[in-house]
Amino acid sequence: MSAVFVPSFRLGRRLFLTHTGVATFSATAVALMAGRESLAATSSSGKTANDVGILNTALGAEQEAIAAYQVGAESGLLQKPVLDLAVTFQGHHKAHADVLANTIKKLGGKPVEAKKTADYKFPTDKLKSQADVLRFAAGLEKGAVSAYLGAIPVFGNRDLSKAAGSILGDEAMHWAILRNALGEAPVPEAFVA
Amino acid sequence: MRTLLLPAALALSLAGFVAAASALPPGNAERGEKIYERCQACHSLDRDRTGPHHTGLIGRRAGSVPGFAYSPAMKKAGAAGLVWTEDTLDKFLKAPTKFVPGTRMGYAGIKDDQERSDLIAYLKQASQKETAAH
Repeated sequence: MSAVFVPSFRLGRRLFLTHTGVATFSATAVALMAGRESLAATSSSGKTANDVGILNTALGAEQEAIAAYQVGAESGLLQKPVLDLAVTFQGHHKAHADVLANTIKKLGGKPVEAKKTADYKFPTDKLKSQADVLRFAAGLEKGAVSAYLGAIPVFGNRDLSKAAGSILGDEAMHWAILRNALGEAPVPEAFVA
Repeated sequence: MRTLLLPAALALSLAGFVAAASALPPGNAERGEKIYERCQACHSLDRDRTGPHHTGLIGRRAGSVPGFAYSPAMKKAGAAGLVWTEDTLDKFLKAPTKFVPGTRMGYAGIKDDQERSDLIAYLKQASQKETAAH
């Protein structure tokens, strides 16, 4: 496995196990959450309902990612510094989920609830090594990039598209780092679909 | 009589040309498996996630996987008779929110005909594997 650049973290295992992620919001996310009036003014009720549906789908996927990284850490298969990496990435997904849930509420919707970990039915029987866990996580991150890419054009409110783009950028970085940790080319192609 | 047959023959050949132009190109399941990676944020073949599982998809009534929390729109579409076939999947995958307005699959769609065909070929293959298993 090629060397993985992992910045030093102050966030420890406690963060991972108690889901008490510290959310550091981008300027876009803060503006999105603060600008409820502008969100409502630019969307019809039908478009808002559709946007809430899309946001809830994204929230469900983020909740699954949070649970997946939890399972990965608790598998005992991840060694430092990869374990620290997983902790950080889980924290990012927690931040995504928080912004999505708060935005849904501000739009008058009800955020979906996270499932119990067992209900996600992760293929844990196929995860036998650190590489297996990394590959599984990379697949989720790659899927997330595609999902946000597909969602951005569909939002009725373009502020939501911008926020989704911000999240997409983060997922893409996760994907690249996980590929690198697997010894694969971190950025295999010029375009992502 | 010949003068009547000529326009009819021309019309038939034009209809055939139009039908051929709107049909998808043949799909390649191997390429489709790669395209399926885009779906894996929410779907997998064998388990329900944010989206329902895909084994057994071809021939399945929309909104019918037991226990899955479909949108009201998708359940309604299934109740109205929508069944996933290669044709309906093609239409849905091209523009999900237009084909089933109100679907939770907030995704712009796969606009490229070849990519859709490849993906459908892969999903068809996956459906056949479940049928064989049962």
